[in-house]
Amino acid sequence: MEANTLTAPTIIRQTSPIATLHRPWLMPVLAGGLVVTILLSVGVGAVAILPSEVLAILGHSVGLTAAADETKTAILMTIRLPRVCLGLLIGAGLAVAGAAMQGLFRNPLADPGLIGISSGASLAAVGMIVLEVTLFQKLSGLLGYYALSLVAFAGACGTTLLVYRLARVAGRSVVTTMLLAGIAINALAGALTGLLTYLATDEQLRTITFWALGSLGGASWTTVLTILPFTMVVLLGLPRLAKSLNLLALGESQAAMLGVNVTSLKRRVIVLATLAVGTSVAVAGIIGFIGLVIPHLIRLVAGSDHRRLLIGSALGGAIVLTAADALARTIVAPAELPIGILTALLGTPVFLWMLIKERATT
Amino acid sequence: MLQANQLSYRIGNRVLLNGVSLQARAGELLAIVGPNGAGKSTLLKLCARELSPASGTLDLQGKPLLRYTSEQLALLRGMLHQQNNMTFPFRVGELVLMGRYPHYGAHPAVADYAIAEVALDLVGMRAFSDRIVSTLSGGEQQRVQLARVLAQVWDVPNALLLLDEPTTGLDLLHQHHMLDIARQMARRGHAVVAVLHDLNMAAQYADQLLMLKSGRREAYGTPRKVLTAPLIERVFGLPVQLLDNPCHQCPLIVPIPNFQAAFSH
Repeated sequence: MEANTLTAPTIIRQTSPIATLHRPWLMPVLAGGLVVTILLSVGVGAVAILPSEVLAILGHSVGLTAAADETKTAILMTIRLPRVCLGLLIGAGLAVAGAAMQGLFRNPLADPGLIGISSGASLAAVGMIVLEVTLFQKLSGLLGYYALSLVAFAGACGTTLLVYRLARVAGRSVVTTMLLAGIAINALAGALTGLLTYLATDEQLRTITFWALGSLGGASWTTVLTILPFTMVVLLGLPRLAKSLNLLALGESQAAMLGVNVTSLKRRVIVLATLAVGTSVAVAGIIGFIGLVIPHLIRLVAGSDHRRLLIGSALGGAIVLTAADALARTIVAPAELPIGILTALLGTPVFLWMLIKERATT
Repeated sequence: MLQANQLSYRIGNRVLLNGVSLQARAGELLAIVGPNGAGKSTLLKLCARELSPASGTLDLQGKPLLRYTSEQLALLRGMLHQQNNMTFPFRVGELVLMGRYPHYGAHPAVADYAIAEVALDLVGMRAFSDRIVSTLSGGEQQRVQLARVLAQVWDVPNALLLLDEPTTGLDLLHQHHMLDIARQMARRGHAVVAVLHDLNMAAQYADQLLMLKSGRREAYGTPRKVLTAPLIERVFGLPVQLLDNPCHQCPLIVPIPNFQAAFSH
C-alpha cells in the first residue's frame, strides 16, 4: 500500500489547485490605475490640461503629432511632468521598502522609520539648517540646493548603520533587538532634533517645518534624475529577494534550512530600504504612512507572497503618492498643502481600520 | 549517510552535549530519546548545521557538513522544527510549495506542483490547500509544515530528514500517522532522524534508538537492545516493567511511577 501513496501521480494536471493565483486581476488593475493617475495628475492645476492634450504634447515631443499649445507644453514639460515623475519614484520606493521591511521584521506593522532611517535624516537636515557650521556652509557653496539632500541621506545611512551595529553587538543581529535599538535611536534623534528646533531662529523654523512635513515642491528634472538611479536599484533589487522573504516568514531557522543566508538577506534589505527611504527623505522631506499602509492594503488583496506583494506595493505606492500630490497642490490653491500632512490624514484612518480589523480576526 | 563523531556543544560553561556519536543510515529511522534537557534538540540542530559543534566531526554523504554551501544543503536535508509560527497570512498551498523553492529559480515546474500535492495528500491536508495557514488548528498546521519539509526532500535520493518532536500537538491517530510517514520516508531511501518523547512509539517505529541523558550518550542500538527496564529507570528516574507488545515485534513499556521516591531526594 505504501508504494501507491508514495509514487507521484501519473496524470499531472497542468492547473494544480495548489497553484491557484488569487485575484489575478490585481496587477493589470494597478498598472492601468497608474496610467490613469499619471494622465489625470499632470492635467490638474491652475491651467487644466485634458488627457487628450497631454497625449498630444507627449506625442509632439517625440515627433509623432503636430505642434501643441506652447504654454501648456511648457507647463507640462517643465513643471507638472517632473513633479509627477518624482511622486512616482518616491511613492514606489517608499512602499516597496516598507513591504520589504515588514517581511524582514516579520511584522505587518513595521515601517522603514522603525530602524531610524527617517529620524536620522531629519536630525542631519535640521542640524544643517540650524547649526550653519563651516563644513555645512562649504557643502552648500559646493552643491547648493543638493547639500541638504546629501546631508539628510548621510544621516539616514548613519543612524541605520548605528542601529544595525547595536543589534549585532547584542548577538547575531536579532531582529527584535534591532527593533528595540531602533526605538531607542529614534527617541534620541527625536530629542536632538527637538533641541535644535528649540535653538532655531524663526526663519530656520519655517524651513524645518516645511521640510519635516514633506513636499514634492522641489521637483525638477534634475531631482528626478538624481534619485532615479537609486530608486531603480531598489525597484529591481528588492523583488529579487522576494523568495527569500517568503521563506523568512517561516522563521529564521526554517529559512536557513531552505538555503537562505539570513544575515546577508537582512543586510541587503536594510541597505536597499535605506537607499529608497533615504533618497526620498533627502529630496522631499518626511512622507509618512505610504511605507506602512500600502503594503498592508496590497497584502489584503493579493496575499502574502512577496513576489506579488513587492511589485504590487511599488505600483500602489506610485499611484497613491502621485494622486495625493495632485490633491495637495489643488485643494488649497494657489497655496499648497504639505504632502506629509495629507498622507497622514488619509493614512491614519486606514491604519486604525486595519488594526481594529486585525484584532477582530485574531 | 550522516556520520557524527564525538560531538560536543556548550554555551558558555554549560555543556549541552558531550562526545556524542551517531550514524543516520539511508533507509533507517533513528529516534533520539531522553529526558527533558538531555540535549536531544541540540543534537538534531548540530546534524542540521543550524548550530556548529564545539568539537567533533559531521560528515554528510562522506563530505564534511561544513564544506556544503547552504543552497547545497537545502537540497540534501530538510528539518521540521518544534515551533513554527507564520507571521503573514500565507495559504497552505503556498506554504508547501516553499519547500520546493531550493529546487527552482523563478517559476516552479509542473513536477514541483505535483510533489507539493503528493506531500499534502500524504499528510491528509490536500483539501485544505486554499486555506490560510493561521486559521488551521495547531495539529493541522504541524501536518502542513511536515508536508513542506517532505516536499523539500521528496525527490532527492538519500536525503536527510530531521524531525524535532514531530508528534507534539497531534492527536493519537495523527501521532501514529506522523511516525508512519517518517518510516515510509525511510523505506523510500531517506535517512530519518526524529526526536521523540514517547518510548513506546519509538519502540514501535524506530529502527535505531539513541538514548541521551545530560548531554551524554547512554545507549545506542535497536529498540530491543536499548530499551531495558534498568536503563530506563536510571535515565528517566521512572521504574518500568517491560512486556512484549502483543501486536508488534517490539517491547511495550509500562511505567510504574513512584513519585514519592523520585522527588524525595
